[in-house]
Amino acid sequence: MSRKNQMTGAGMVIEALVDNGADTVFGYPGGAVLPIYDELIQQERLRHVLVRHEQGAGHAAEGYARSTGRPGVVLVTSGPGATNMVTPLQDALMDSIPMVCITGQVPTTLIGSDGFQEADTVGITRPCTKHNWLVRSVDELPQILHEAFYVATHGRPGPVLVDIPKDVQFAMGAYSPKGQFRHKSYNPQVSGDLEQIQAAVELMANAKRPIFYTGGGVINSGREACHLLRDLVDMTGFPITSTLMGLGAYPASGKNWLGMLGMHGMYEANWAMHDCDVMIAIGARFDDRITGRLDAFSPRSKKIHIDIDPSSINKNVRVHVPIIGDVAHVLEDMIRLWRAHSAKPDKAAISQWWKQIDAWKAKDCLKYRPARDSIMPQYAIERLYEATKDRKTYITTEVGQHQMWAAQFYRFDEPNHWMTSGGLGTMGYGLPAAFGVQIAHPDALVIDIAGDASVLMTMQEMSSAIQHEAPIKIFILNNQYMGMVRQWQQLLHGNRLSHSYTEALPDFVKLAEAFGCVGLRAEKPAELDDAIHAMIETDKPVIFDCRVANLANCFPMIPSGKPHNEMLLAEDVSDEDIETAIDEEGRQLV
Amino acid sequence: MNAKLSATGSAYFITPETEKPSTHVLAVVVDNVPGVLARVIGLFSGRGYNIESLTVSETSHEKHLSRITIVSSGTAHVLEQIKKQLERMVPVHRVVDLTLDAEARGDEKPLERELVLVKVAGKGENRVEAMRLADAFGARVADASTEHFVFEMTGRIPRIEQFIKIMEPLGLVEVCRTGVAAMNRGRDGM
Repeated sequence: MSRKNQMTGAGMVIEALVDNGADTVFGYPGGAVLPIYDELIQQERLRHVLVRHEQGAGHAAEGYARSTGRPGVVLVTSGPGATNMVTPLQDALMDSIPMVCITGQVPTTLIGSDGFQEADTVGITRPCTKHNWLVRSVDELPQILHEAFYVATHGRPGPVLVDIPKDVQFAMGAYSPKGQFRHKSYNPQVSGDLEQIQAAVELMANAKRPIFYTGGGVINSGREACHLLRDLVDMTGFPITSTLMGLGAYPASGKNWLGMLGMHGMYEANWAMHDCDVMIAIGARFDDRITGRLDAFSPRSKKIHIDIDPSSINKNVRVHVPIIGDVAHVLEDMIRLWRAHSAKPDKAAISQWWKQIDAWKAKDCLKYRPARDSIMPQYAIERLYEATKDRKTYITTEVGQHQMWAAQFYRFDEPNHWMTSGGLGTMGYGLPAAFGVQIAHPDALVIDIAGDASVLMTMQEMSSAIQHEAPIKIFILNNQYMGMVRQWQQLLHGNRLSHSYTEALPDFVKLAEAFGCVGLRAEKPAELDDAIHAMIETDKPVIFDCRVANLANCFPMIPSGKPHNEMLLAEDVSDEDIETAIDEEGRQLV
Repeated sequence: MNAKLSATGSAYFITPETEKPSTHVLAVVVDNVPGVLARVIGLFSGRGYNIESLTVSETSHEKHLSRITIVSSGTAHVLEQIKKQLERMVPVHRVVDLTLDAEARGDEKPLERELVLVKVAGKGENRVEAMRLADAFGARVADASTEHFVFEMTGRIPRIEQFIKIMEPLGLVEVCRTGVAAMNRGRDGM
């Protein structure tokens, strides 16, 4: 063994991160990671980005990962450092975001002694990571770190955690560089079964009312998958809808685009899902926000499901043609087989289907009543889109009404430009995620479309944005309510608005100034465009307090317990309808 | 075509299970590394699956492999999910539903055995009766004094349970069962 490979465990962490292509680490120092921090400051190959709270590091790494397609890396200390990472880890697990989290741990000799800042990190994070490791000796450290990157990025991506005791960081050992290896047990299938793909092609060729239903898996599969999806949609002429996580895989400006589906999805998308005869689900997982009532979900369709995770197949919805594999690989084969297939869909039937879809589109489901004196939140996002669409713009969101309005009214033409917490629904995600995106794309315009309640959960990261000169724009749709909570209280709980009104909000403009950012405010529709332009032109971080109509609600909506063809639209909802939209049994289960 | 359906659930609507649950034996080959059992058990508790019996032991010392035998019950859909969820865990090498395999072979079920230790204390007629029944069940005496026996018995689960039940009135003090070990009949390995 060559002597020059001799180094400390802490040194190995740096080597292994660089070896695996990392260039940025989001982190926060503490006692149990000091040896690694000591190595970090003595090198220039890795950039360390200091945050203000470990949760911020986690979401920033998610934003970095989602916008680049490369794993996000986080370095935090033991105990509270690790427990503060639980939310981002679970968030990344549910949205399949590749992330490698390195935590410090008390020395091996102290493990189990309730030592200072000790926590059973691998125990706590076992269910919220794809896999995790406690490193017991410096000899196994390099291999575990390489394996961690492998597991995070292969198969369905996800977060992993490596817990490194402080004595292992100090110990000397031989570093083994990343080599080619076949994992002894984890080798996900990437190519789909050709017979199944052929069966799918035959179903598609005989379809009369087909629809593509695509999800975040297409984006995770990569740019190539998105190109292939666009080709396949063009080739077939079928309509396409997408989940919240999949926005941008197919362009919103594309002619076959129906918009997002699901609980707050488009009327035409949900109706088309309900009435279709062949559904091609690609990298989507039939989440409960998508399916609504399961026994009434797309009752007459044959379903094709492409997914890299076999456990997603038949989990919530029985499918007829399961295809296990990576989206790009499967679509490549599917396109080849589609070209070779002699029979093509019945043109008349497909055009009849489009006619039906156009009739649904004519409902104009996103219609809202404009107001003269107050800014409608939908209007604010429309104007934001108009002002930013010709730039390289990345959008993140928090969780709530503003998130749904952003998904409905901002139009994404490219993948990896939309970062949102879909599965876990983490309020406080958007601000640090925007920070992570900006670190990865210093010249881009990065906007967090936020709500006033969510944004306060991770507001401290504005200080990180100042430190790292990351000019993120926090566009707050401020209605002084937890709007989505209030909407549900109106629907479910007799309009009793229990604690969903924030009685004491900070002055966001002054808050911005206190951080060293720029604060802007718009209160009237007439002020909005100028203020948005001022925000875009500012080269510093901005907090934009956009005062919107306080009581606007988010439509269309599939009320709990209803199938896709019983959507509520803004126009046909009276206060009484809202109160009776969900029956007793539905209330139990929301 | 789109007649209004009566509302009966919510976004978390679960179709009522009409299918009857059945009991299956799963053999799971895993890396013998710290925490692997916690991962498997955590999967079951986290996702609400049943564990009726679980045994684990190293089966290949050189390869560091352990075999976990899990008896679980659920509908066919749930059992399929359990298998897939286990298979996607990083340290899991293989998952075999031994019950399905047995059915495919034309057997009623896989070979299943369990070991039980039963402590019975007593004197006189009860003591003689305990010894006589133990003999009839093919149990061995692992430990004894003039006032107690520890019986050791291996067998299929119903027989083990019958043996324990029969010892109850005869001074049963303590029972320890290993859980089920299982494999399929025939010459082929899993």
